[in-house]
Amino acid sequence: MPRRTLADLSRHERATVLSVLDDGPAADRLRELGLCRGTEVVFDRQAPLGGPIVFKLRGYRLCLRPAEARRIAVES
Amino acid sequence: MPPAEAPEAHRIALLGSPNSGKTTLFNALTGLRAKTGNYPGVTVDRRQGPAATPDGPVEVIDLPGTYSLQAISEDEAVSVRVLRGQMEGETRPDGIVVVADATTLHRSLPLLAEAMQFGLPVCLALTMVDELKARGGEIDLFALRRKLGIPVFGVVGHKGIGVADLRDQLGQPKSWEQPRTPPENDPQDRFAWADQVLAEATRATPHDSALTQRLDAVLLHPVGGLLVFLAFVALFFQSIFSWAAPAMDLMSGGVEALADWLGTWMPSGWLASLVVDGVVRGVGAVLVFLPQIALLFTLIFFFEACGYMARAAFLMDRLMGWVGLEGRCFIALLSSYACAVPGILATRTIPSPRDRLATILVAPLATCSARLPVYAVLIAAFVPDTPVLGPLNLQGLTLLGLYLLGAVSALVFAAIFKRGVLRGASLPFYLELPPYRFPSLKTVLLQVWQRVWMFLKRAGTVILAASVVLWLLLNFPRVEAADGLDEAERAQLQIEQSYAADIGRAIEPAIEPMGWDWRVGIGLVGSVAAREVIVSTMAQVYAYEGDEEDAAGFAALLNRPDPATGRPPLDLASALALLVFFVYALQCISTIAVIRREAGGWRHALFALGYQTGFAWLAAWLTYLAASGWTSG
Repeated sequence: MPRRTLADLSRHERATVLSVLDDGPAADRLRELGLCRGTEVVFDRQAPLGGPIVFKLRGYRLCLRPAEARRIAVES
Repeated sequence: MPPAEAPEAHRIALLGSPNSGKTTLFNALTGLRAKTGNYPGVTVDRRQGPAATPDGPVEVIDLPGTYSLQAISEDEAVSVRVLRGQMEGETRPDGIVVVADATTLHRSLPLLAEAMQFGLPVCLALTMVDELKARGGEIDLFALRRKLGIPVFGVVGHKGIGVADLRDQLGQPKSWEQPRTPPENDPQDRFAWADQVLAEATRATPHDSALTQRLDAVLLHPVGGLLVFLAFVALFFQSIFSWAAPAMDLMSGGVEALADWLGTWMPSGWLASLVVDGVVRGVGAVLVFLPQIALLFTLIFFFEACGYMARAAFLMDRLMGWVGLEGRCFIALLSSYACAVPGILATRTIPSPRDRLATILVAPLATCSARLPVYAVLIAAFVPDTPVLGPLNLQGLTLLGLYLLGAVSALVFAAIFKRGVLRGASLPFYLELPPYRFPSLKTVLLQVWQRVWMFLKRAGTVILAASVVLWLLLNFPRVEAADGLDEAERAQLQIEQSYAADIGRAIEPAIEPMGWDWRVGIGLVGSVAAREVIVSTMAQVYAYEGDEEDAAGFAALLNRPDPATGRPPLDLASALALLVFFVYALQCISTIAVIRREAGGWRHALFALGYQTGFAWLAAWLTYLAASGWTSG
C-alpha cells in the first residue's frame, strides 16, 4: 500500500503523523511546528484550485501548501 | 567619597511565537515609554522600554516573533543572537520571559524547552487565560510550576490581569527558581516533554473556538470567502481614496497656509523661496500622504490583530504562488496602491528573504495615489470622454487600463525575478491561522504610531535634503527679470534658465523619441521628488496662471499650441507615452530611500531605479510608436 501523506486526507479526516519524509532545515521547521511522530492532525479545509490546506493540530490551525503536506507521512 | 554609581538596570527579554500576545504584554509592561528602531544591519524591529518594578526600572526587550530557536528567518536569528549576547552594542539579557498562548500550549511549550538551554533564568507568562476559560479549558498553574520548576504567571495583557505579579518578579531574575530537569534537544523529544508536562497540569482541554469555526466557515468559503475578500479590498481602496481625502486636503491646506504665512513674513528673495518652496512645499508634497499612510497602517494592524490578514493570505496564496510569491505578499502589494512606502514596510511579515525582496522590487509598480493627479490631468487633456458602455467612458477605461497595467506588470516582474536572480531553495510555506480576536486598540495604535514616526523621521532627513537639492536645480542660477513681466512669466523665465532646464535639454535626445521636448524633461526632473510634482512644475514651465488642481483648465493649456513652436506641448501619442512612463518609472525619493533601508543597501535601491527607468523608457517609446502610427494611419 502506498504511503499516505497529509495531502491525501479528505475533509475532516483525522490522522496521526508518522514522520517528516526528508531532512534539512525545511523539514526541521515542519517538526518544530508540531508535525512530529504521534501528533494527531485533522484536515480542516483547502483553498480552491489546489491552494493551501488548513490543518488542525495541537490546538491550533496551521496552513500548508500541498507540496509541504506531501512531505508528512501519516497513518489513519 | 564619590557618589555610588547606580547599578545597571536588569535586561529582560520577552520571547514568544507570533500571535502569542507578546506585544500586548510588552505594551502593558512598558506603556508609552518604549523605543522602537532597527537592529544594526538587519530590518527587524527592535522594541525595548523600561518597566517600573519594586526593584527599580528594568529594561524589557520585545524579541521578534519566533516559532523556534533553530532559526530559519532573519527575525529568529536576531532572537538567538540577542539571547546569546552576540548582538552588537547590547549586553546579554539577565533573564527570559517566555510568552505562550495558554490556548495552544501543546504547540508553544516546546519553545520554552529551547529557551531553557541558554543558561539564563527563565519564567513563563501564559497569555489569553481569559480566553482559555471561556473555551472551557483549565490549567493548574501550581502543577505547571511544580512540573517545570520555574515561575509561571497567568496574564491578560490588554486588561492588565496578572501583569503586576509578573512585574514584581522582573527586577530579580537571579531569584527565579531554576528548572529541575534540563529538557531535550530534539524537536520530537521537546514535543513529547511538553505533552508530558501538560498531561499533569491540564485540568480541562479547551474546545475549539466556536467563533473561529463559524467565521472560517464563511470567510474561508470558496465562494463566500472570496466575496468577503473582495469587499475587504474595496474597503481598502475606499479608505485610501475617499476617507483619507479630507485629512490630506487639510494637510495640504496647512502646508500652503504655512508657506503663505512664511512668504509674507520673510523678505522676498532666494532665501524666502528656499524656505517656502524648497523646504515647506517640498517636504509638504510628501507629508500630504501621511494621513493615508496612517490610515492604511491602522487597517493593516487592525485586521492583522483580528486574525483576518492570515485568512487573506490563505485565500490569495494560490494566485501569488503562480508568480512564485506567497499569500502574505499580496497584502504588501495591496498597500502599495496607496503608497509604496507602507507597502514596502508591510513586507516585514514575509518570512522568506527572496519573496520579500521580490515584493519590495515590484511594489513601486502598483499604482500609488501620487500617480493619480498626473493621470487625471493627462487623461482629461487628451482622452475624449466618449461613452463606451453604461456609465463607463473612454477616460474611465483608460484610467482602469493604467491600474491594470501596473498590477499585471508587478506580477510579471515578480515572476521574472523569482525565476531569475531570486531563484533558489525556498522555505516551506507555513501560516498560522490564529483564532479570531477583538484586537487591543491601544496595541494597534501604538504600532501605527511607530510606523508613522519612522516616516516622519525620513521626511525630516532624506526627503528634506532631496527637496532642497531639487529646489536648487529649479531656481538657480538666478535670473534678473526685466520689468513689465507678470509673476507667471517671471517664474517661466526663471525655470527656463535653471539647472533643471539644462538637465531637461541634456536629456532631450533620450526623451525626444517619445515626442517630449526639454520642457517635459524639466517636469520629469521635478517628478523625482514625488510624482505629482510634475503637475506644478509643468504649470511653472508653461506659465499657467490658474489653479493647478483644476485639471480641465490645466489640460486646456497642454492642448494649446505653443507660440514658440506652433505645436501643443503634448499630443495624444506623446501623452499616452507619458502615462505609460509614469506606470513604470520609479520617480519617488521616499520609495528609493525606503528600499535602500528595507532591502539592506543601495545595491537593491539602484537596481529598482535602473530596471524601472529602463523599462519605463522602453514601454513609453513603444507606446508612442504604436499610438502615433495609429493616430496618423
